[in-house]
Amino acid sequence: MGIFDYFRQPRQKSASVAKERLQIIVARERAARSGPDYLPAMQQELLQVIRKYVQVDDEAVQMNVDREGDCEVLELNITLPDDKD
Amino acid sequence: MARIVVITSGKGGVGKTTTSAAIATGLALRGHRTAVIDFDVGLRNLDLIMGCERRVVYDFVNVINGDANLKQALIRDKRVDNLYILPASQTRDKDALTQDGVERVLNELSEDFDFIVCDSPAGIERGALMAAYFADEAIVVTNPEVSSVRDSDRILGILASKTRKVEQGGEPIEGKLLLTRYSAERAERGEMLSIEDVGEILAIELLGVIPESQAVLNASNAGQPVVLDEESDAGQAYQDAVDRFLGEERPLRFVDVPKKGFFGRLFKG
Repeated sequence: MGIFDYFRQPRQKSASVAKERLQIIVARERAARSGPDYLPAMQQELLQVIRKYVQVDDEAVQMNVDREGDCEVLELNITLPDDKD
Repeated sequence: MARIVVITSGKGGVGKTTTSAAIATGLALRGHRTAVIDFDVGLRNLDLIMGCERRVVYDFVNVINGDANLKQALIRDKRVDNLYILPASQTRDKDALTQDGVERVLNELSEDFDFIVCDSPAGIERGALMAAYFADEAIVVTNPEVSSVRDSDRILGILASKTRKVEQGGEPIEGKLLLTRYSAERAERGEMLSIEDVGEILAIELLGVIPESQAVLNASNAGQPVVLDEESDAGQAYQDAVDRFLGEERPLRFVDVPKKGFFGRLFKG
């Protein structure tokens, strides 16, 4: 780094952007492949049912399968929109 | 019994064939009887990288179909003792690699060789699945770049579930990471994922780091596995990786930026 660089605006480096994006997508894909095969289809159908009543976007339904000992726990998280109109 | 090693990556163009040629040659140079097999049916290229493209008579699929025996199809390397190449077929028939056929060929090779190196095609189609299915160990070739890292993670998922070992109730095979085309300068400037970044995301053992190097293209131009270029950085980095693969400890080389002097640091950005 040269002396003139100290006066420049600090900017996020592209490698750290790459790392953050990768961490998110890789975690999501790992979760998807560790779960049962019907999970993506179930997520889509749940979205359709919810949309009969409220408009939510694709990210609104989050599903995770966790293993606790011998049990598999299906965690379902639905985010409803804030403003009611 | 041979150790079967798959060289895989998911993404194309990251250096699987270069790595297969280098690792197989490195193992043979250390006295291990080694066969390297091209699983890329329809897009044969290992023969070119190994420099034996004009000596191909029979191929992998010919052996599977019984049109030739292994002795006829294996090409003996002219430079290195104990090294044999089994080229891929150029057929467009995607189903040419049957699981039974591949198993028969690997069993027969296992009797005569110490190592069988399987050069996987890109993707997750049949050829790639067959190359991985019978493996005891895996080397995952990755570039410090988002699409390559993501695809490597996907391949690690396949290695963890779709191998003979797992189906027979054994331990899943753990891939080892070989980071290729690495530039220490660009990583230090924050323009390229660092070794630590990739290691943190994939969370597997690091087998080696191969620097981006002119020597790799020179080697493929000439049809010489890059480990035979003993002067080159990439050749030496591959030699270190082979030693580590065989269980020896080698410090990482070619991963630090040469230090500049005081004035260099002051005036060069």
